[in-house]
Amino acid sequence: MEKKLIYPWSREVIRALRSGDSVLITGTIYMARDAAHAKMTEDYRLTGKFPFDIKGQAIYYAGPAPAAPGKVIGPAGPTTSGRMDKFTPLLLDNGLYMMIGKGGRSMEVVDSMKKNGCAYLAATGGVAALLSECIKKQEIISYPELGPEALRKLYVEDFPAIVIIDCDGNNLYETGKQKYRKNI
Amino acid sequence: MRKIDTKTIRSAIERMCIEASYNIPEEVVRCYYNAAEIEESPLARGILGQIIENAEYSKMNNLPSCQDTGMVVVFLNIGREVHFTGSPLEDMVNEGVASGYEKGYLRKSVVAHPIDRVNTGSNTPAVIHYDFTDGDKVHISLMPKGFGSENMSALAMLKPSDGIEGVRRFVLNTVDAAGANACPPLFIGIGIGGTAEKAMLLSKKALMRSPGTRSENKTDAGLEADLIDLLNKTGIGAAGTGGTITVFDVFVESFPTHIAGLPVAVNICCHAMRHKEAVI
Repeated sequence: MEKKLIYPWSREVIRALRSGDSVLITGTIYMARDAAHAKMTEDYRLTGKFPFDIKGQAIYYAGPAPAAPGKVIGPAGPTTSGRMDKFTPLLLDNGLYMMIGKGGRSMEVVDSMKKNGCAYLAATGGVAALLSECIKKQEIISYPELGPEALRKLYVEDFPAIVIIDCDGNNLYETGKQKYRKNI
Repeated sequence: MRKIDTKTIRSAIERMCIEASYNIPEEVVRCYYNAAEIEESPLARGILGQIIENAEYSKMNNLPSCQDTGMVVVFLNIGREVHFTGSPLEDMVNEGVASGYEKGYLRKSVVAHPIDRVNTGSNTPAVIHYDFTDGDKVHISLMPKGFGSENMSALAMLKPSDGIEGVRRFVLNTVDAAGANACPPLFIGIGIGGTAEKAMLLSKKALMRSPGTRSENKTDAGLEADLIDLLNKTGIGAAGTGGTITVFDVFVESFPTHIAGLPVAVNICCHAMRHKEAVI
């Protein structure tokens, strides 16, 4: 059964998420992928600030297809999170609570998640048309020149995700694989 | 000679880009249903359910099934009796891609230079491979290739003495390393032999085959069956959450090689194997 995860979430709620939990997210999340991460990091280096207050927020790693007429946003599934690893500890140290993407994370990211009490969730890769239906509002808040890679603020309803790595470092990609792995 | 105006190729490419993105081939969707029946993990079964629902939803609503509508790979198999007229063939293929991506609301994911990384704004250029055959037809195979899976592809130049066990080991390690990144369950294209670039090309060509088709070469067909079994024992499962279905199919293509070498290329495709075929 899915747990409801409703914005704004407290640090306790994030810490209570366990690897393997299925959740439905409702509320505000931010969308950023490779180029937006590089720019956010550069902004921080130059000004000491990110383009939005990241404390307590969640970032969804994705870059949507263009919206067809009448649609809020185009299909928008998760992209591979590992490419954001080098930018992530800085964000977690500055108060980011949660990340949503797909695929493994580096040791540095997991260590920073444990230190800060954060969660890493995955949405199912490749089911972008379905996921985009959960996105009810979107606006570009920075870097419009990046097109699909622009930084967006979203409002989502019952957005389905699975907790992959929890704040204790338990990792569903490892435990799930071990459970079903046969002698090879 | 049969004259073909390259505008015909342009329109075919435009249509194929859109259709490939909206409609996951029926034989691929059938793989999803079969897997959902036999997958042991309840979580992975739920994910396969989402994959099925998404394929049906995108088809019904004319939406790309995935936001990564890929870099376009085109194989043109040109009959020797064909004479092209009009604008250069390559330009017309690229115009077809640009137009399909604009009209179909597909994401433009191509940057002009791998270091400078400025988006070309048209999803061009496509990667085009030309081949020649008998007759007066042009056979087009088109695949919008997403990079979650493309990034996990690999090449090994094995020693001849590594043999089939070396090939198995390399493919296993590549799929293990891909894990959840490549959006499993996967389709795996494998090229063995030739030179380094020939093996990679064969592995991409292998992904143009339909699910369930076995190689006509006995050794390759045996390797396909063996690898399907082996890779489904990795435990990776749908979306990497653990399960008994990690690959839907494995396709092997081979080519003669040098006495000193055993090139092996693995090209990975996510669960959405979106290819389109057309004959002009």
